[in-house]
Amino acid sequence: MNGMLLLDKVPVERPALLQEALSALARVSNKPTILAGGTDLMVSMERGLLVPQGILDISRLDELRKIENLPDRVVVGALATYAEIISHPGMPEVLVTAARTIGATQIQNRGTLGGNIANGSPAGDTLPVLLALDAQIEVASVRGARMIPFKNFYTGYRTTSMADNEMILDIQIPVLPDGTKTWFRKVGARQAQTISKVVFCGRALLTPDKTVSDIRLAVGSVAPTVVHLPKTEAFLRNQPLSEKVIAEANRKARKEVTPIDDVRSTADYRRMVVGNLVGRFLTNLQQGD
Amino acid sequence: MKIQITVNGTPRELDLPGLRRLLDVLREDLGLTGTKEGCGEGECGACTVLLNGKAVNACLVPVCQLDGAFITTVEGLTSEEGLDQLQEAFVREGGIQCGICTPGILLTAKELLDTNKEPTPEEIRRHLAGNLCRCTGYSKIVASVAAAAARRRAR
Repeated sequence: MNGMLLLDKVPVERPALLQEALSALARVSNKPTILAGGTDLMVSMERGLLVPQGILDISRLDELRKIENLPDRVVVGALATYAEIISHPGMPEVLVTAARTIGATQIQNRGTLGGNIANGSPAGDTLPVLLALDAQIEVASVRGARMIPFKNFYTGYRTTSMADNEMILDIQIPVLPDGTKTWFRKVGARQAQTISKVVFCGRALLTPDKTVSDIRLAVGSVAPTVVHLPKTEAFLRNQPLSEKVIAEANRKARKEVTPIDDVRSTADYRRMVVGNLVGRFLTNLQQGD
Repeated sequence: MKIQITVNGTPRELDLPGLRRLLDVLREDLGLTGTKEGCGEGECGACTVLLNGKAVNACLVPVCQLDGAFITTVEGLTSEEGLDQLQEAFVREGGIQCGICTPGILLTAKELLDTNKEPTPEEIRRHLAGNLCRCTGYSKIVASVAAAAARRRAR
């Protein structure tokens, strides 16, 4: 177990104050790797994929654990665990649904929303939710804090638009207009402890006669980052929902994504599932109240 | 890195590398081998322990986050009076075959019963979804947890 001996020598800093953490990240050399809940990082280290120069354990920064319901938005601290999100009143329903699909009890007790975002897996289960709900990510460095709209957060595969001295403070999800419908579905080999083949979150606002006035379709595991489907959305905007429109949207959605074959699934299957999930979301909207 | 932890009610002071896994602290440094390593990646749940009352995979918790922590392992379930109700239920109902998953299952089940007095079979299965068993097919595990819950309510 050579890897374990190397890891024994990795220095660990445990700042009690946010400013100390930000100063550590601002160092030009010996930049540390952030540790939150450890459910991704510990696995990478166990597999020998990563031997960090140093660890910045941010788990003492209690201010990053807070979850707040404000009149116009929900603010979820970067260190909020999935279990805390699930049990907190007033959370967006699809965020809770997504959190319940991550790993299982043990992972949900430790994994954090900030970690899911920073890790930036194409299959991150909360990411389609944040994209569908137009979340903003508050990040900070020694130079101050700023908000990044979630749709601009990733620039490529596991690559964020944060500077290398920035860290996530919190995630802000706006309260949606009255009557907005949302739906989340994760498709995987198992009901728990699984990475998705496709993960979807939809958001829509319909007029009383079932015409689409606003729509967002967000999908993970079909591209290097979480994506939405602007062409399918444009097609649906101002359309009254009918079986014909839904079938056409299903077809368009399949064409709009370019997934790959990998150990979990094939491009063909993923395309089919994306179309079917979009179709099911729209059918639920059409048949609902 | 010096840490103060309480394991099964006993306070301990340890000086260990910050990234050492809780699993290794328990098995190697404290000789508590009831907690098992199945995968080392948080997928199987064999290494489940309670950390401040919450079920976690000990293979994923580093020493640096353990200062001030209260840990319960399977060894902590048994008392001078013998096995606890959950353990007895598993023996009575036949929820154990090879036993390798059992310590982790017991602790995850303990978290469930400490927070939910009357779990449905669906709730039991969902809560235990992070604990894999290769032997039993899970039916008797679910029955054992339900039986323990019923016994607790009868008390």
